[in-house]
Amino acid sequence: MKEIRLHGRGGQGSVTAAEIIAVAAFEDKRFSQAFPAFGVERRGAPVMAFARIADHPIRIRSQVYEPDYVIVQDVTLLDVVNVASGLKDDGKIIINTDRPLETLKLNTKADVVTIDATKIAMEILGRPIVNTTMLGAFCGASKEVGLESLNLAISERFKGELGRKNLLAIKTAYERVS
Amino acid sequence: MTANMKVVEGSYAVAHAVMCCKPDVISAYPITPQTHIVEHLSQMVANGELDSEFLTVDSEFSALSVLVGVSACGGRCYSSTTSQGLALMYEVLYNASGMRLPLVMNVANRAMGAPLNIWNDQQDSVGARDAGWLQIYVEDVQEAVDATLQAYKIAEDENVRTPAMVCMDGFILTHVYEPVELLDRELALEFLPEFRPANILDPARPMTFGAFADPSTYTEFRYQQFEAQQKALGKIESVAQEFHETFNRYYGGLIDSYRADDAEVVIVTMGSVIGTIKDAIDAMRAEGKKVGLVKVRCYRPFPVRALRQALKDASVIAVIEKDVSIGAEAGLVTDLKSSFYNSNLRMPIIGFAAGLGGRDITVKDIRSIVERAEAARKGIESEFEFLDLRSEIL
Repeated sequence: MKEIRLHGRGGQGSVTAAEIIAVAAFEDKRFSQAFPAFGVERRGAPVMAFARIADHPIRIRSQVYEPDYVIVQDVTLLDVVNVASGLKDDGKIIINTDRPLETLKLNTKADVVTIDATKIAMEILGRPIVNTTMLGAFCGASKEVGLESLNLAISERFKGELGRKNLLAIKTAYERVS
Repeated sequence: MTANMKVVEGSYAVAHAVMCCKPDVISAYPITPQTHIVEHLSQMVANGELDSEFLTVDSEFSALSVLVGVSACGGRCYSSTTSQGLALMYEVLYNASGMRLPLVMNVANRAMGAPLNIWNDQQDSVGARDAGWLQIYVEDVQEAVDATLQAYKIAEDENVRTPAMVCMDGFILTHVYEPVELLDRELALEFLPEFRPANILDPARPMTFGAFADPSTYTEFRYQQFEAQQKALGKIESVAQEFHETFNRYYGGLIDSYRADDAEVVIVTMGSVIGTIKDAIDAMRAEGKKVGLVKVRCYRPFPVRALRQALKDASVIAVIEKDVSIGAEAGLVTDLKSSFYNSNLRMPIIGFAAGLGGRDITVKDIRSIVERAEAARKGIESEFEFLDLRSEIL
């Protein structure tokens, strides 16, 4: 079983991103689960969401404490949340940032992948909503969900022009980290 | 994994199940974490997918009161609520059950205030255990879907005719996305016959519901409700079997068990924590520990005979529950102990209040409970504990 923890701020679509991971993994014929770290939602406040992917039905319902992957949608969270908490040594953390890797203060032995998802999202979507772009990066860096399945899950959620743009954002991020 | 499975939100899956039951009237007042269920239903009605009357009201009290009237006129009804909303319905809960109106309601279990807390525990519905409703607690989204359909069939049975709550852990099950097989509408309606009560409010045949009962008749009303719940024990089992035959899914009728046959330590609990407990049991079994689980699916009526039978060989029992009866342990553990006293079962039973106000319950927590249960075999040190108590903030 692989466990994923997403960090973001309220309004950045972290919960939606976790849900899309679950839908995409299921498209891959694997079992999945996604849920938010339930809170009183406020725009801008630190939020978390979780996803699990496995080849067997998933029964456990506790939160994720030792993730295989961490996705950080907003680099300013590094100052307020220990985003790498419990991250497995052989895991990966994918961070949306334009800062150089060596300037990030992270307490982990895991691989750190950085991507300027905000820039990609601004160029393609015209808005700093990075959740789908970060899913492209997660897909490219982890290969835990297939790109085609991810595209299917996105197309189910976002229709028409918005869907097309999100697919392009995903592809761009996927290629950048692969 | 079946071909018809889909990853959807728990609340959507339950709303879809309600749609398949074709209620005539839905009335509810939105309250976290129940909101998504009624939002989806309201959307289904607005889209024309569901031909029901959706009545928006000013409170939970009104929501359930409206349904009491509709049900007395012979309509199939649905509501959903949680926590303070359920508390506000309290008076109407007794009216619905006393008038023998088979309403079905999903409770998205949440803690009671004060202090204000929107997260999951089961204080709300366990606190309403004496109100005369049937109570079924589910462990995952699929069971929430299936139990909702089953609940109508049980509640509307002419020998039962008692309202039912299907209790699903708020957020943990209402907000999770996981693979679910949504109900097939046609199959569901075949499974659930039309609601045709013998006695309804009808101007052509006037009668009164919930009328004045003086001391010479009141006891008999309560006795009949008590008898109806006893009859529900058999109906819940047979409906679960019938559901199994039709839909090929089964969760137990009144109770279910997991690796409990040769278990020395048996955990008894209800709700969504069961999944985590099953994982913990597998891990402990791999280390040679004889641990098992008995799930209480039906809390009202309380399945005394089934529990005595399932637990007779346990050396020690640990009850885990998300409620407290302040001043007297908690609901499930006291009910279990009381149902054993007049039998020959004398193993130690210890109780744990866990997951209160949304505190996470982990595999590690389950391990620590099992350790304490093992120690209790040599003598009970503490009969009832609050799990994971943070002494540093007390």
